[in-house]
Amino acid sequence: MWKNLLEWIEYRLPLQRVANMHAIQYPAPKNMNFWYVFGFLATIVLVNQILTGIWLTMNYVPSAEGAFASVEYIMREVEYGDVIRYMHSTGASAFFVVVYLHMFRGMIYGSYQKPRELLWLFGMFIYLALMAEAFMGYVLPWGQMSYWGAQVIVSLFGAIPVVGPDLVVWLQGDYVISGATLNRFFALHVIALPLVIVILVFLHIVALHEVGSNNPDGIAIKHPKGSLSEDEKTKWKIHEYYTDKYDIADDVIPFFPHIVLKDLVAFCVFLFAFCYIVFYAPEMGGKFLEHPNFEIANPFKTPEHIFPVWYFTPFYAILKAVPHKLAGVIMMFLAIILLALLPWIDRGKVKSWRYRCGLHKVNLIVFAVVFIFLGYLGGTPQAEWKIVASQIATVMYVMFFVLLFIYSKNEKTKPVPERISK
Amino acid sequence: MSNTPVDNGRRRFLTVTTSVVGAVGAVGAAVPFVASWNPSTRAKAAGADVQQDISKLEPGQLISVKWRSKPVWIVRRTPDILSELENNTDLLSDPESQEDQQPEFARNTFRSLKDEYLVLVGICTHLGCSPKFLKDGDFAKQAEVEGVNNGFFCPCHGSKFDMAGRVFKGVPAPSNLQVPPYMFLDDNTILIGSSEENA
Repeated sequence: MWKNLLEWIEYRLPLQRVANMHAIQYPAPKNMNFWYVFGFLATIVLVNQILTGIWLTMNYVPSAEGAFASVEYIMREVEYGDVIRYMHSTGASAFFVVVYLHMFRGMIYGSYQKPRELLWLFGMFIYLALMAEAFMGYVLPWGQMSYWGAQVIVSLFGAIPVVGPDLVVWLQGDYVISGATLNRFFALHVIALPLVIVILVFLHIVALHEVGSNNPDGIAIKHPKGSLSEDEKTKWKIHEYYTDKYDIADDVIPFFPHIVLKDLVAFCVFLFAFCYIVFYAPEMGGKFLEHPNFEIANPFKTPEHIFPVWYFTPFYAILKAVPHKLAGVIMMFLAIILLALLPWIDRGKVKSWRYRCGLHKVNLIVFAVVFIFLGYLGGTPQAEWKIVASQIATVMYVMFFVLLFIYSKNEKTKPVPERISK
Repeated sequence: MSNTPVDNGRRRFLTVTTSVVGAVGAVGAAVPFVASWNPSTRAKAAGADVQQDISKLEPGQLISVKWRSKPVWIVRRTPDILSELENNTDLLSDPESQEDQQPEFARNTFRSLKDEYLVLVGICTHLGCSPKFLKDGDFAKQAEVEGVNNGFFCPCHGSKFDMAGRVFKGVPAPSNLQVPPYMFLDDNTILIGSSEENA
């Protein structure tokens, strides 16, 4: 009976085939380490954001008059409203934590290199969509930082020559940031961008499964058909989609249940941190929810310091480091475009930093430190020394890519083992 | 019918023309979606330019006009006031109007189109209070600035501005008062909201 039902469905919908191809018989490298859990965690956080987001819209009022009060209402009067809102606001920060770690994983193990260029690009598009989504979401409570943050970001478009000022009015739907702006940000935050993100995540995973997962050694697990002896091939049942085209080495395990179980362990660890923040430190000392945002938006009162939330501050520091407004905006976008171009900037053939030159390891670690330092500079009050510091850090940020482009051409690498298990 | 040879030229022509017509249609269909992001009629009415007759403005007098729900001041400055502006620059934090708090046309000593008329958004750049206009020595007395007789003094936190809206040093306000875009339609009429440089 059960079997008949499954067959009846399978005839009409490829349920079993997709489950086999993408989970039960999907070949995952067996040396994947903890760096490989962040994609899974990002998916979990995405589900959290969608679920809590839907619940929040049930009580949120998207208007300049009602927004702030409705958030107070959610916090004080809706049952478990505060928990749901804190899950959403903490989820936003958690999203960026796991995404930044996920990206850094890609950088140290060369996961952006051929043939995973498009996979990396989809990831960068997700990152961009996520930044837009987070920015607009932060405007919705209509607090002081919502308003003035929106003011700063929208006015960046005003730096564009000729069309800038008209573009700003068009984006705002008014001559100032107003209820019209709030309402369209709500529509984009709740409908348009989540759809875009979900579609991009789908494409990201499809592209991943087409080229296969990378691993900490950066060693291919798919070998040309006929190049491996029966002994060298994996004993696991791998889907024909992969085995028809390649010989799969004895370096893999099926994604389900093995990798999923490992991911679930990471999920438990993640939950400890996540729940601690939701229940004991939802504002994270003003880093996740900034204190000026507990005051309603007031167009006549500029807060003393305006910072974006922590995950934007590295780019905000770059923006402020350049004394010219338009040049600063260009530099900020360039910083993101450089990351997207990584597959073409890195001319190396060896993927993982384990087998690359010492300079590459230093370069990567310095880049990570510079990025965090820029985040500090962009998220703390202005000071004389910070202007110079952020200019130096901006140059160092760019130098990562310049140096990589130069030394990767004729890099002295260590010999890469042919197989993971050897 | 099935034996007719395929005319590739005709096929290509049909493909291209159909695609072009389709693309034009797509652009046309995008118009409402793009245009709907423009300010609505109501927002436009609320943000419209404001005309003000200044023929009856006495020297040294200030009138306040409402523009985009903000008070905009028009002051007719006397020669005394203007000469004061040239001598107080040591006391100011941004005497050359380096910061973008005015349209390009007002980036000059008197921060105005015509020296005689000062146009300012009357909102303190500190926390949005409306400063008081103090003249004929009242400014020197109340704001305690020696030798400057006229200016704007914010009662909330003591920020001080001169008769060009330039902020004094050592006060909470970080920048000069904003100059809105404006232009003169004729000698007696001023239009607030548009200027010749962005018209």
